[in-house]
Amino acid sequence: MKRTTADLWVGIFVTSGLVALLVLALKVGNATTVSASDGYRVTAEFENIGGLKPRAPVKSAGVVVGRVDAIAFDNKKFVARVTLRLDRQFEFPVDTTASILTSGLLGEQYVGLDGGGDDKLLKEGDRLTMTQSAMVLERMIGRFLYGKASEGPTAEKAPAGK
Amino acid sequence: MAPPAMHLQSGSVSLEHSVASESIVTLDQVAFGYDSRAVLSGISLHIPRGKVVAVMGGSGCGKTTILRLIGGQIKASAGQVSVNGRDVAALGHGDLYQMRRRMGMMFQFGALFTDLSVYENVAFPLREHTRLPESLIRDLVLMKLQAVGLRGASALMPASLSGGMARRVALARAIAIDPMLMLYDEPFTGLDPISLRIIADLIRELNDALGAASVLVTHDVEASFRIVDHVYIIAAGRVIADGTPDQIRNSTDPQVHQFVHGESDGPVRFHYGEGAYAADLGLGPRP
Amino acid sequence: MIGALDAGLRHVGSRVIGGIWKLGCATRFSGTILRRSGETWRRPRLLLDQIHFTGVLSLIIIIVSGLFVGLVLGLQGYETLKRYGSAEALGTLVALSLVRELGPVVAALLFASRAGSAITARVGIMKSTEQLSAMEMMAVDPFARVLAPVFWGGAISMPLLAAIFSAFGVFGGYLIGVVLIGVDAGAFWSQMQGNVDFRDDVVNGLIKSAVFGVAVTLIALFEGYDAPPTAEGVSYAVTRTVVTSALAILALDFVLTAFMFTGV
Repeated sequence: MKRTTADLWVGIFVTSGLVALLVLALKVGNATTVSASDGYRVTAEFENIGGLKPRAPVKSAGVVVGRVDAIAFDNKKFVARVTLRLDRQFEFPVDTTASILTSGLLGEQYVGLDGGGDDKLLKEGDRLTMTQSAMVLERMIGRFLYGKASEGPTAEKAPAGK
Repeated sequence: MAPPAMHLQSGSVSLEHSVASESIVTLDQVAFGYDSRAVLSGISLHIPRGKVVAVMGGSGCGKTTILRLIGGQIKASAGQVSVNGRDVAALGHGDLYQMRRRMGMMFQFGALFTDLSVYENVAFPLREHTRLPESLIRDLVLMKLQAVGLRGASALMPASLSGGMARRVALARAIAIDPMLMLYDEPFTGLDPISLRIIADLIRELNDALGAASVLVTHDVEASFRIVDHVYIIAAGRVIADGTPDQIRNSTDPQVHQFVHGESDGPVRFHYGEGAYAADLGLGPRP
Repeated sequence: MIGALDAGLRHVGSRVIGGIWKLGCATRFSGTILRRSGETWRRPRLLLDQIHFTGVLSLIIIIVSGLFVGLVLGLQGYETLKRYGSAEALGTLVALSLVRELGPVVAALLFASRAGSAITARVGIMKSTEQLSAMEMMAVDPFARVLAPVFWGGAISMPLLAAIFSAFGVFGGYLIGVVLIGVDAGAFWSQMQGNVDFRDDVVNGLIKSAVFGVAVTLIALFEGYDAPPTAEGVSYAVTRTVVTSALAILALDFVLTAFMFTGV
């Protein structure tokens, strides 16, 4: 086949398009981190998940170790059942605590895992029993006000440094 | 209305050995219209092998429509168009394209592919229809360009050609696959006298060299009468006269006479539309 | 009074019928292109030429615009995010807005005005100078030889152009945010990676741009093919291509976004 300069340009164009795509996938996006296909699933029940969304990150000590796979509502217990997909390379003991946390003041919500001390490791289908629900702003403010009121005049005696 | 073709005994016709009466193209009582406007109503033509036939008539009388019917680009609303004995309208997509491979058509302004060079334009049909090696294509293209006297222009782009040269390149492209039928749509329009003469002579020479039949749609009386064997004159969608150029030139039919001699008024009126001039100016009797 | 109303209704009616008629023609036209696409794939040279015609020739405008859009996003985004003390989210903001919306949509709009108009003009001129007719008479199917390769060339080029646009946009945002303003580079990239999902954002953006590419190329081809064979007809057709494409891109964007990014 005869080569022309147009071919060269098409080659440059297609290559740069694919490179751009690769950049978007690897540098901009998260195609390198946990992919949805492998890993193991565990469930956790929360009284309140706040604004947690499917595909939100699951972090332990700040490291992304998995993603939220699905969120369902339990009709019997009136709790949210969250399925987490954890990457196979991260192992957690069965007494791990799952809590719903917020990154920054206005950031998105994610699931934080704190490892326990058990020797047995979590495996596919296990359920995390120790969970901590999302902080709901209204309740927090309510609790704060209630706390202030009950403290009353003894407030000055509270430990300094706050 | 349409007698069998009468042959000119001019010296330029040297292909008498071919079966003279064999028609390459036959139109039999063909009618055609766009929407409700009839363009052709009952046209019959015979184009025999080896002949150059002119179809003439005023502007907008449906001459080009005849070429499009022969090429199968449009279908007749009545009557039959047959090429080489086969009904064009009845051909499927594949057969139609097979038939067109044996036709060459030169369009009014050449219709060269503007993004291809002269060389590539002529090579186009060869590349599309054959698997010839590049060296052979090159030889063929240069031969065809040589035939129209433009071998030196092979590297030019169509935009830098004059009207006459573009027409000649189009001619070279049309004959690239040695057609048995050549169709020319207004080949003389907008050419200077020299280019016109060159094109006219080429049409005749190529027809004789290829042993093909040619249909020439034109309204240029002078140029075409010099080279054609037979003339059909069309007006109002019908053939009003046919015969050799001499017969047509000497015709006594007022309409033919007006056309051939280019008179501004006659059966074809100079004024368009109806109504008395005086009435329009308000000079007539008022209601 | 009644007469004027009647005339008005008639006018609206004929416009509507005309539009529906044209839509039908365009659909049949698209079907013909798809049916005659075989040759495009048997002859890569045809496709290559058209990728050059639609893609490569739009490359400069796409790169430059992408860069500038990224620069503007960087500036505006920083100004806004600073108020909430979350300037590190700049990377996320720039990348998400580019990959999800601006990349596909702006690249498609540029593609429509650069490549779409060129396609319409070229096809319109080929038709008005009887080049398509000549091709047909040479027993070469213009749909298979010219129109289908242009269609596939455009459909392939568009997602690549959108990806290039987004990549250069992100780079522009990086230039403003990190190099010029001094947002922490680590935060910029990691926040971006944490929040831009490959499947949900990048792939969906790609799907969008592929749909836009198909739509713009078909509109451009049809307008060119349908144009009255005069200089005036072709110039109107070019204008119509740009206008219709822009409307089609924005309407399709809404529909696709509604499908892709809503849900829980």
